[in-house]
Amino acid sequence: MDMNFFLSTIIGTLCFAVLAPIVGCLLSGADRIISARMQGRVGPKLLQPYWDVRKLLGKDKIAVSGSEDTYINLALFFSLLAGGIFFSGGNFLLVVFVITLSSLFFIVAAYSTRSPYAEVGAARETLQVMSYEPMILLMTVAFYQVVGTFDVGGVMLMNHPVICTAWAAFLGLLFVLTIKLRKSPFDISSSHHAHQEIVKGTTTEMSGPTLAKVEIMHWVENVLFMGWVGVFFVYANPISIAVALIAVVLIYFFEIWIDNNFARVKWQAMLKWAWIAALIAGGLNVAFLAFM
Amino acid sequence: MGFASKSPWVIHYDASSCNGCDIEVLAALCPGYDVERFGIINTGNPKHADIFLVTGSVNEQNKPVLQEIYSQMLEPKVVVACGCCACTGGVFHDCYNVLGGVDKAIPVDVYAPGCAVRPEAIIDAVVEGLGVLEQKSEALKEQQKRGA
Ligand code: SF4
Repeated sequence: MDMNFFLSTIIGTLCFAVLAPIVGCLLSGADRIISARMQGRVGPKLLQPYWDVRKLLGKDKIAVSGSEDTYINLALFFSLLAGGIFFSGGNFLLVVFVITLSSLFFIVAAYSTRSPYAEVGAARETLQVMSYEPMILLMTVAFYQVVGTFDVGGVMLMNHPVICTAWAAFLGLLFVLTIKLRKSPFDISSSHHAHQEIVKGTTTEMSGPTLAKVEIMHWVENVLFMGWVGVFFVYANPISIAVALIAVVLIYFFEIWIDNNFARVKWQAMLKWAWIAALIAGGLNVAFLAFM
Repeated sequence: MGFASKSPWVIHYDASSCNGCDIEVLAALCPGYDVERFGIINTGNPKHADIFLVTGSVNEQNKPVLQEIYSQMLEPKVVVACGCCACTGGVFHDCYNVLGGVDKAIPVDVYAPGCAVRPEAIIDAVVEGLGVLEQKSEALKEQQKRGA
């Protein structure tokens, strides 16, 4: 915890705060086009998510709860900080905790609106966090065992990518990634599509500029999670970065495919399967690395 | 063109439609017409919606519901009456319980006639509504500037 760490985190966070929304917005636009094509439609323009957010920012400001906006600001701040720490090569475990903190603020924001729909959404969002967190933690442990440090920058000194010995943990990450990206079959707390039984779940009562910030937060989160996928492929060889980028694109496409082909499950099934995945993929990988 | 008209999110409410117009509204969202090309999304949530599509006529039972949904929508907002029933009461206009078109309950910006209203007519009406949306959004900006 020296001066260098603070400096790199601050610079990393600032750069991330500028770049991640742009990349995230384009990812989201591509997602909508690809989804539309999978459904036999033409779909919107690539910049549609950007236009959506600009429109939301121009809407009237009405909040049902005085504190909702503050919580969303904090959630957005912590998601940017998590991205900053991650992409400046900081501590992976810290990244996981900071992004969880961001999720918690989002849950509190949903609860603070006191709408029954938002409350059910918030309760389900909590279950989603409970579902993916064990796998994410086991993944960081496996990362530590392979790289010898929690620092993400450590992969640059490796002579093979992390995925070689932590491929099971990687598969586990892919499983919970669907939950983290809020995609069907695990979009139980708030769906991208209308006519869910709980309206819009967590964001039911959020509107205008507050909703715009939630959108931006989702973009930023998506970039961070795709970074997690990518880091499994990076090692000392610079070509590995290109390989990581290709892997990220393929995995993102795979997630869209899952989103369009699977119906939403109940939370019981989500919790059960996410924990089974954590236990088998994460647990065995960690045990194997520890004892072999 | 501002951003208000580039991403019109709609909410659809069936006042007392025979479901003929509802099906056409939903048809507009399906692959055949695919209104998401214009950024139109069916939100199902008044707090997120910019355009209010109403089908069917108004009666004493649904009048407060319509007004509630309308008041929950944030400015700038536009109301489109879809189908003859929503415009004037249509074939049900002289029923003992029918008050008339949607404009008996909330201000309507665009009327899309037809029994049932064609998806093309709905899309045309929404596109016309975009102009109104744009005007209202300019007015809101002015108002906010003066207020600040
Ligand atoms: S206009 Fe015709 S199709 Fe539409 S709700 Fe009225 S009767 Fe039904």
